[in-house]
Amino acid sequence: MADLSVDFCGIKSPNPFWLASAPPTNTGDQIMRAFDAGWGGAVWKTLGQPIVNVSSRYSSVDFAGRRMMGLNNIELITDRPLDVNLREISEVKKRYPKNALIVSLMVESKRETWHDIVRRAEDAGADGLELNFGCPHGMSERGMGSAVGQVPDYTCQIVEWVKEVAKTPVIVKLTPNITDVTFPARAAEKGGADAVSLINTINSVTGIDLETLTPRPSVHGASAHGGYCGPAVKPIALSMVASVAQTVKIPISGIGGIASWQDAVEFILLGSSTVQVCTAVMHHGFRIVLDMIDGLSAYLDSKGFSSVQELVGLSVPRYQRWEQLNLNYRVIADIKQDKCIGCGVCYAACYDGAHQAIAVKPNDRGRSTVEILEHKCVGCNLCSLVCPVDDCITMKRIDSYGEERLPWTEYSKNPSLYPHVRSNRHDQ
Amino acid sequence: MMAESFHKKALARELRSALSKDEALAEANRCLFCYDAPCMRACPTHIDVPLFIRQIATSNPGGAARTILSANILGASCARVCPTEVLCEGACVLEDQHKPIQIGPLQRFATDHAMAVKQKILTPGTPKAGSVGIIGAGPAGLSCAAELLKLGYQSVIYEAAERPGGLNTYGVAQYKMTPEVAQAEVDWLIEAGVTIRCGVTVGKDVSLSELESRHDAIFIGVGMGAIPGIQIEGESLPGVWDGLDFIAALKNGDREIFEMLRGARVAVIGGGNTAIDVVTQASRAGAGKVWLLYRRGREQMSAYPHELELAKDAGVELVLHAVPHRVLGPSRGPSPRLSRVSGLELGRKLPDGGERLETLPADLVIRATGQKGAKLTAELPVRTDGGKVVADSNGRTSNPRYFAAGDCVSGGQEVVNAVAEGQRAARTIADEVLGKLGGAR
Repeated sequence: MADLSVDFCGIKSPNPFWLASAPPTNTGDQIMRAFDAGWGGAVWKTLGQPIVNVSSRYSSVDFAGRRMMGLNNIELITDRPLDVNLREISEVKKRYPKNALIVSLMVESKRETWHDIVRRAEDAGADGLELNFGCPHGMSERGMGSAVGQVPDYTCQIVEWVKEVAKTPVIVKLTPNITDVTFPARAAEKGGADAVSLINTINSVTGIDLETLTPRPSVHGASAHGGYCGPAVKPIALSMVASVAQTVKIPISGIGGIASWQDAVEFILLGSSTVQVCTAVMHHGFRIVLDMIDGLSAYLDSKGFSSVQELVGLSVPRYQRWEQLNLNYRVIADIKQDKCIGCGVCYAACYDGAHQAIAVKPNDRGRSTVEILEHKCVGCNLCSLVCPVDDCITMKRIDSYGEERLPWTEYSKNPSLYPHVRSNRHDQ
Repeated sequence: MMAESFHKKALARELRSALSKDEALAEANRCLFCYDAPCMRACPTHIDVPLFIRQIATSNPGGAARTILSANILGASCARVCPTEVLCEGACVLEDQHKPIQIGPLQRFATDHAMAVKQKILTPGTPKAGSVGIIGAGPAGLSCAAELLKLGYQSVIYEAAERPGGLNTYGVAQYKMTPEVAQAEVDWLIEAGVTIRCGVTVGKDVSLSELESRHDAIFIGVGMGAIPGIQIEGESLPGVWDGLDFIAALKNGDREIFEMLRGARVAVIGGGNTAIDVVTQASRAGAGKVWLLYRRGREQMSAYPHELELAKDAGVELVLHAVPHRVLGPSRGPSPRLSRVSGLELGRKLPDGGERLETLPADLVIRATGQKGAKLTAELPVRTDGGKVVADSNGRTSNPRYFAAGDCVSGGQEVVNAVAEGQRAARTIADEVLGKLGGAR
């Protein structure tokens, strides 16, 4: 069986599955139950100066009859007294010495204040620190959270202050609410951070109550923008993780909509050494980690990997700039008629929404018989994406160039050599 | 009293229960929103099924009801009584892979909503000159009246029975639909301005020539008549019932019938869907033993396979190749009106062509063979054939002022067929008779 243990910039963890700093890590009791369930590590809900919270705090987006495809919150950092949190941190660390216990921190931007909170968290027994430069609501209005993460110079400065006293590894949690996430990632690395984690939540309004006209979640008839997370944000997070993986040399803890072992593997392949989970646990509880561990382990075994570490970043080289993609490569859709159920969904999608490359006629059962018009198919994938039957529409390669590559960078220098590509481009 | 309430409960228990909001949402989200959807093609009234299901999925049940009822004013009945297995659901592309979308229950979800919130369904068209006399307030007549109203034409429905709805009110087994649903649909028409005169028998209370002088066109939607006798000894005994009378009596909540049925052994004669309704209803209402007797083999039965399964599930015993010879009796029942028989003598056909005589210890015998033509049909000034009105698919009869649709033309089909035919007849009447009168009203 493959080795799932990780060494994340010196922090040891029995597996790469950590709970993100959030409501599931609010108390020692929760974290101990999570460790009992199998979670490898946890990032304690952010410690800082005393705050008060509003009621209500969360809202969500349902999709196609399923609950909580996306979750939004306007909850702030911990609202429990600092000494209670520190006492519980010590207790958890004593009782679970093999699990990774990271403490998330966020205080006002003063050197002494940061020095103080870092020392207290480490004295309590933290294995590492996560600087919360990502929280997009509430705290950012007070100059903390994403207000720091959005200015690379501030990020760098505070990391330097923390590193002056920190004895344990320092992870910087990045905000996605910025044009290019690689800038604060580089700033964190420059300041001396041992790792980065991303993404924090995305600015969001999940919806409006159409009866009261109040955005959700409603706090006495009004709302504020919240932080968006859950399955809906995963693609955005993957893209940012990959960009950061190509930019910095320090390790990455991937966060953003991870709910299954497949999600975790994708984050790991794009450069994450550990993954952090929140929304899926807020939805289904700690037990989901059982399948995450089992599924990851089975995947590693089936692919012949002896350790999860071997997987880290394997897909990063395949994440490239558009101009590096091979223009010689051509695919078209291929419909397996024996699998087709005749719903015509591919026809409507292609005809109205893509390139008019599917023909339709009713068959003797009153259903639609569809056929690819190969001369019009541009190989966009849409029909295969909407088809409700597994493997009914696949894409087949039709070019004859083999391994001969033609990226845009070369094509633009010499377009006349490749007339078929040029005419194709004009079609679009 | 306890027994009565038990039977009432058994009677009221519906075959397919209503979907909860969550169930409806989950089911609606399974729909693929097919292009040129097969379910829509399979529906005689061509309800835009993918659209109404999408409307349920977007929490717009009122819009779903509008989509359904604008195509089929009896969409609430059809949601319950349609043989969806052979129509929309039978055509669903998910049939092979998973299981078809539950279109009937989703349609019921939307129409139940419309009834619950008293949604306004029918919008009359700009009023035009012209009036139609409609004979029969069954599905065909109601559908014709609704379509005429949408086109701007007034109609008056003449109904011999005490209550409107036709078979929807009197003839559909209670476990499929209660009379309240039929009444709610009729109310939509009445609120929108259709006049229905119940307890008026054409040819008795009002003559055909009077109708002709009052109206520009006459629509015949009289359905079929009683179930004819089967010409065997003892069939006039009081313990021998007409299947439709039996269902109507149960639907009317006749207490004596419940008493009579309790524990009784019932022999039902027939092989069609009405016979299935009767045996299933008898069994669900408390009969002790129910036999379904059919003179030929399973392959010759006109009942739908899914309906026959339903009867078997209700504990009905199928007796094939059985020819009734003689009803024995009478025997004492709970009251003089409800006396019983003491048995049914029948011949079981043997493979060698011979016959073996048997006697079933039946307490009641119910005839559920095909209906004969309605009494009025023979008196109408239109060509008829075997008790049925001869009309084309657009409702034209041999008489240019008379149009006809529904069971009185087809001899007995589904509610949804009658609705579709009634609509087409209404459009034909508007085009060919009323439209030529000209002018606004």
